[in-house]
Amino acid sequence: MSKPKVGFYWCASCGGCEEAVVDLAEDVLKVVEAVDIVFWPVALDFKRADVEAMKDGELAACFVNGAIRTSEQEEMAELLREKSQLLIAFGSCSHLGGIPGLANLWDRQAIFEYVYKEAPSVTNPDGVVPQEQTKLGSNGYVLTLPAFRDTVRALDQVVEVDYYLPGCPPPVKLIVNAVMAILENKLPPKGTVLAPDKALCEECPRKPTKPDKLALKELKRPHQILIDSEKCLLAQGLVCLGPATRSGCGAPCVSANMPCTGCLGPTSRVKDYGAKALSAIASLIDSEDEQEIAALMEHIVDPVGTFYRYSLPASLLHRRVRRGATGGAQA
Amino acid sequence: MSEQWEPRIVAFFCTWCTYTAADLAGISRMTYAPNARIVRLMCSGRMDPQFVLKAFADGADGVLIGGCHPGDCHYQAGNYKALRRYTLLKRVLTEMGIEPERVRLEWISASEGDRVQKVMNEMVEQIRKLGPLHLEKAPRRTAAAQEREREAVGVSSQGGAR
Repeated sequence: MSKPKVGFYWCASCGGCEEAVVDLAEDVLKVVEAVDIVFWPVALDFKRADVEAMKDGELAACFVNGAIRTSEQEEMAELLREKSQLLIAFGSCSHLGGIPGLANLWDRQAIFEYVYKEAPSVTNPDGVVPQEQTKLGSNGYVLTLPAFRDTVRALDQVVEVDYYLPGCPPPVKLIVNAVMAILENKLPPKGTVLAPDKALCEECPRKPTKPDKLALKELKRPHQILIDSEKCLLAQGLVCLGPATRSGCGAPCVSANMPCTGCLGPTSRVKDYGAKALSAIASLIDSEDEQEIAALMEHIVDPVGTFYRYSLPASLLHRRVRRGATGGAQA
Repeated sequence: MSEQWEPRIVAFFCTWCTYTAADLAGISRMTYAPNARIVRLMCSGRMDPQFVLKAFADGADGVLIGGCHPGDCHYQAGNYKALRRYTLLKRVLTEMGIEPERVRLEWISASEGDRVQKVMNEMVEQIRKLGPLHLEKAPRRTAAAQEREREAVGVSSQGGAR
């Protein structure tokens, strides 16, 4: 009997999700024993044409990481959707938009202006910016680049997604569980996030030191204090998003004295992660005075970057409001 | 937009104070701008920031939140919770390009029907000055994702504001 075929693909991502697959270590041998990896641009030399030559649904499962930013990524998402029985959004960017999704605070033009002209490390006296089409020399060959969209999207804002593997990158344990569930045909209902549906505090090693009632008089950033490595980080005044974040990672950041930044996203009962995280932190502030509350909140220097670090495209507002948008751009 | 634009406001009022005050305004035959759709909450502390974002995403131009005066909360401290969330939410909204004046938190007790009238009129004028919000529709989410959203927010994501 031939083994089920699987693929891995990356869109707007950093490559950390590919690392997570490598982090499977010896377990990767079990995976390779059970399945044939027939498409994985970062590791294997198969091309888009090889995928195009496949029958529809030929891939038993395809794991796609990264957000969708360019026209090429849209095309690949659509192609892999056609060729796969199960399409799995792998990692925060694919699941909720991820770090690249914070670019939704700007648009294509602003990004190009800064990255290719204004950034202090850039020397570009001719003001050259990438073009979608460039005619080359005398032979008239036209070189093309994918179109760069105004708005970054999560995978399920482009194509139908069957399951989500959350995390930045997804924890090895969750990857193994997901692969086993696929092989043994023990999958939950379509659309499920393949991780426990409880808040991170539930599995946090510091949970015993979390006070019944948290009341914060100050908010701190990790570099501003000497962190007690046993005590609940919220109780130390650090903005830890554990109460609003899905568990399943085993709290490696919290164990290393870093507050949770929310990469696994919300539990199933929450639609807008950032709003809920904001709500959780704000309600812990111990003050009833308007000015004092406002002053305390000022310690959160970058609210959108703090609460929507991994989820801006999938949030209810999905991007910064554009005034006088000129059209032509895709939302 | 061919028809005359009218500000659309969603108002979240706590049942013990502000909603009762709105009732009083009605019983007292006070007239005020009819632009708000009032949603009754048990307490302003029930005011989930998601509700505000959902209102904007579905076409509201402004959101008004009403609760009991400080010290008067039926549940002792719900209105202070509302104040803290509102303070932080306003900063997020500003960064997201939504004018902070589109959200307003007011303490209105059950006897202040006239204050409901005044605040409603002021709010409508404020939003009229700011103009329509014109939020871009979020990218189409696929069926599975929409299903999760409906379960999460507990309302239909179809149809928008009616």
